[in-house]
Amino acid sequence: MLRLLNLELQKLLLNRTSKILIFISFILPFFVILLSSLKINVFGFFTLELGELGVFNFPIIWHLTTFFASQFKFFFAIVVVSMIGNEYSNKTLKQNLIDGLSKKEFILSKFYTIVFFSLVSTILITLISFCIGMYYSSYNEISIILRETNFLVAYFVKLVGFFSLCLFFGMLVKRSAFALAFLFILYILEWILFGLLAWKFNTDIAEKIQNFFPLKSMYKLIDQPFQRVAMTKFPDKANLIYDYSVHSYEIAIVLCWTTLFIFLSYRLLKQRDL
Amino acid sequence: MKPILTINNLTKKFGNLTAVSNLTFTINKGNVYGILGPNGSGKSTTLGIVLNVVNKTSGDFKWFDGNTTTHNALKKVGAIIERPNFYPYMTATQNLKLVCKIKGVDYGKIDEKLEIVGLLERKNSKFSTYSLGMKQRLAIASALLNDPEILILDEPTNGLDPQGIHQIREIIKQIAAKGTTILLASHLLDEVEKVCSHVVVLRKGVKLYSGRVDEMISSYGFFELKCNNQNVLVTLLENHPSFGRIKVQEHLVTAFLKEPMKSEELNKFLFEKGIVLTHLVQRKESLEEQFLQLTDAVQHQN
Repeated sequence: MLRLLNLELQKLLLNRTSKILIFISFILPFFVILLSSLKINVFGFFTLELGELGVFNFPIIWHLTTFFASQFKFFFAIVVVSMIGNEYSNKTLKQNLIDGLSKKEFILSKFYTIVFFSLVSTILITLISFCIGMYYSSYNEISIILRETNFLVAYFVKLVGFFSLCLFFGMLVKRSAFALAFLFILYILEWILFGLLAWKFNTDIAEKIQNFFPLKSMYKLIDQPFQRVAMTKFPDKANLIYDYSVHSYEIAIVLCWTTLFIFLSYRLLKQRDL
Repeated sequence: MKPILTINNLTKKFGNLTAVSNLTFTINKGNVYGILGPNGSGKSTTLGIVLNVVNKTSGDFKWFDGNTTTHNALKKVGAIIERPNFYPYMTATQNLKLVCKIKGVDYGKIDEKLEIVGLLERKNSKFSTYSLGMKQRLAIASALLNDPEILILDEPTNGLDPQGIHQIREIIKQIAAKGTTILLASHLLDEVEKVCSHVVVLRKGVKLYSGRVDEMISSYGFFELKCNNQNVLVTLLENHPSFGRIKVQEHLVTAFLKEPMKSEELNKFLFEKGIVLTHLVQRKESLEEQFLQLTDAVQHQN
């Protein structure tokens, strides 16, 4: 396993473009979070300090940081599709197989890399959220800190699932740009299907079904936190209440998709003549 | 002899097209093999199948004793297919390190192999800056990294300039001299003739011949003769039981043998009949002539 990971890391880290993209997708969000936690003086008119809003309190901080950091996953998605696209366009996939890598090992080396970077990202976000939280949070009892840390699990699963989808699209179309276009098409398709279902039945049922779609199910893992922040500000407004917690069935759905995408990528490669 | 690769009734179809049809042959240790055939005869497809990149339709093949999986067997094989494929943004050394990681070989061999192909000075240049000839030499170095039991080369001189072709051939000869088994696919017959001891001849995916180069067609060779009295010479040869076809091209008479005969015998015979030769050469058909005869013979049968 280490051999396969090592192999893929060499391919990625020696390539300048992917190095920059990896940096953007993993380091940038932490800077953004870090900066937002600082007191910002807006042109001397007033000071903006997000910490004052209570958004850096435990446990809400887990929700907030994972949600924002996951928006940056698109940059690494480019890396994932290009690491497949490049293997095809340089014909190095063929050469790897001739050199004695099996098709299974090839897919696994990509998958391990995805898991590796998702894990690194999760660990980084845990650390930075913990530090900011410790600094700002009004509560720092262990039990409160540990509450809702399942957002971190959701974050990890979300990344692995999304990148596996990218891997599959990369394998399917062999070209990075087309694979990204496919992602966009899938996004639109999910909404069209949702629209059709809502028209046929009703919005409630449509939404329940939509939660099983690949992109939507990944998005659903970490719901948007704005409403929650609003909820804490206006606790008496009942129409703001919504279910934002991470459910194990949501994780299960995404894990099913992940397994399916990896398996399909392997099947695709196995049946292909290179 | 120890078999390295055994191919049994191998068939590959691309839709309606049969690229390889019922191919059977064995590669034994220590010989230099050529796979000959015009473009599109199924050479590359056959190599692609045994190298794990093309799926077979039917039949089977086994590497060595057949007890290892194909991808593990390939770690003991060195192969170059058509064009050299490397990561353009990595240097030669980095590319070879990657191959080492795949094959499970240590990095110690990298410099040694780069030395063989004469790329040691350029080892820290990016692959994208290499000329085609250098790329092809790097591919050979990469294929040699694991000291392979067999080296497979598919059209190794394709697209190279004469100097590049010469360099590659010299390297192949050196490797062959060390006793490494080589399988060379090519449509360039003189290339195969210069290095191979055995050939497999393919045409439209069908095997026409496999065996030693010098036994490819049952022929005893021919004489090329010139003299000042050509008509008498031709009549004499036509009536001689050892000769078959006689070909006259201006002043050159070519006489094909039906049974073995030494040049001094012929010279003596003709001299006794009063003919003094001005030119006498005994030759065997070149691989090219043999190949054309073989493929023509099949064409006539069809």
